[in-house]
Amino acid sequence: MALKILQDLRQAAVTSKVFVQRDYTSGTICKFQTKFPAELESRMDKQQFEETIQTLNNLYAEAEKLGGRSYLEGCLACLTAYTIFLCMETHYEKVLKKIAKYIQEQNEKIYAPLGLLLTDPIERGLRVVEITIFEDRSIGSR
Amino acid sequence: MKNCEYQQIDLRALRTSTTRTSTNKNSQRVRRKWEVFPGKNRFYCDGRIMLARQCGVLPLTIVLIFITSGLFFRFDCPFLVHQLTVFIPVIGGVLFLFVVITLLQTSFTDPGILPRALPDEAADIEKQIDNSGSSTYRPPPRTKEILINNQVVKLKYCSTCKMFRPPRTSHCSLCDNCVERFDHHCPWVGNCVGKRNYRFFYAFIVSLSFLTSFIFGCVITHLTLRSQSVNGIIQAIKESPASVVEVVICFFSIWSILGLSGFHTYLVASNLTTNEDIKGSWSSKRGEESGNPYTYNNIFTNCCVVLCGPMQPSLIDRRGFLPPDDTPPIVTSDTELPHFMAKNDTNMCTQSTKELLESVAHSTMIQSTCTPGTPKTTPVSQESLLSTVSITVSPSSKSPSTGCSGRQARRPIDVPCSQRGSKQAALHTHKTMLRVSSPPYSLGHSPIILSDAPNMGFIPLN
Repeated sequence: MALKILQDLRQAAVTSKVFVQRDYTSGTICKFQTKFPAELESRMDKQQFEETIQTLNNLYAEAEKLGGRSYLEGCLACLTAYTIFLCMETHYEKVLKKIAKYIQEQNEKIYAPLGLLLTDPIERGLRVVEITIFEDRSIGSR
Repeated sequence: MKNCEYQQIDLRALRTSTTRTSTNKNSQRVRRKWEVFPGKNRFYCDGRIMLARQCGVLPLTIVLIFITSGLFFRFDCPFLVHQLTVFIPVIGGVLFLFVVITLLQTSFTDPGILPRALPDEAADIEKQIDNSGSSTYRPPPRTKEILINNQVVKLKYCSTCKMFRPPRTSHCSLCDNCVERFDHHCPWVGNCVGKRNYRFFYAFIVSLSFLTSFIFGCVITHLTLRSQSVNGIIQAIKESPASVVEVVICFFSIWSILGLSGFHTYLVASNLTTNEDIKGSWSSKRGEESGNPYTYNNIFTNCCVVLCGPMQPSLIDRRGFLPPDDTPPIVTSDTELPHFMAKNDTNMCTQSTKELLESVAHSTMIQSTCTPGTPKTTPVSQESLLSTVSITVSPSSKSPSTGCSGRQARRPIDVPCSQRGSKQAALHTHKTMLRVSSPPYSLGHSPIILSDAPNMGFIPLN
């Protein structure tokens, strides 16, 4: 079902893109604005959107969390002259994989049926969350 | 399928002299993103290693370290092992390895380069700036003010990267990249020092100060002991001339390296960057309300955060594959597409859309095709520099070569380093891109900001 929807999306013409910018009020940590963009008002539920963005923010906060684990990782890396990064996947990378999975899930379950597509922010250098709005033309049952 | 393709595809097919269809992708070598990276960087080992294009005096740094250490192990260690302890070469060896590894990591790691904004994004930002009403008759330097921890911070717009720079990010004019938590561009390591490689840089200078001091001490000890046994310092020097070379090198480097280590220890403890310290961004003389909003007000926490904090992966994804630019677009509003289109424009307009679909398609294992339909809601005007609809750029816009003129229009201001009491560090210039004023809108920047690679030819719009 999700496959079909995505196939339909491919053939729909792109109408516009909405960019959710970063929110720097808490510093340089990765956080996106939860303000609901005007272009999506007719398309989806504000609550749902905010929930998605908030979950993303929480995941990024987890990746950048300063705690015992990250310090341990850092100290271990320092002692091995940082060569450990060559063989070990960092905590950050693990969380990024989680985020990618979450976004894919959200796309399949919520956004694709509405003719929208979320782009993983890592593909945009963690600058924006790009939401592509597809023309509602060929979506639906064939 | 060829009948559905547009003239632009035919032009490309003519130029590249291979007929491509979506099913025939294997005939084209898929390229990696580093090959079309717009900044001034060099890539080796298929994108695994990166350096600044101007690698400065990195070879000199390496040579000096190797020569000094080599002479030490060859000429001083045998005597000292005999007279003192075997641990001397062991400690020296460990320090030497540490220095070399951290130096190479500082030089070869991505310092935290921010990838440039894609045309869609840039157009969106431009639209927001225009609509905000803050621009008056003359285009002002584009800034955005935000509050971080109750401190007003100005975010500047980078006209090369087409985005508002995040806090603590600066554009390096030597590397032509925006670097996160930009510290400085170090000619000795041949790379910028930023968020991702600051800890390597700090480890390098600290271990180098230990190594230099250690070698210096050992060589002095060696000469002293030898002169006692041969009754005269001159005789000792004659027997071991290499030691004099080492003494000279170490003596001159020790001041600057120790000074630099001390300075950076101060920066780490107060969670500052060299850039901020030089510009006096948070200095108290500006007023009591100014203070570093990023500090945790605790030396230990600051050190932990800067040196042992989580390590963000590289954002530029240099080993990722470029989406193939040969897939025919499937567009319904084909009447709006012009006949002639620069290949780069095609890439730009299709790349962003294709990337989205590809990312979805990869996960669901569908072959995606490009749909670069005209974004109807984006206003397309000649004043808009970076319309996503590069495909509807009118023929009168300038050729893509003006994409480079943006760079020349900037006036990089070299800020000399203010390291304390170090003459070597005086050469350690911190090149920051201090934007004085943004270029006027009428500079007809073409949307071709991402393709600097010489192999990307184009057909000029006429």
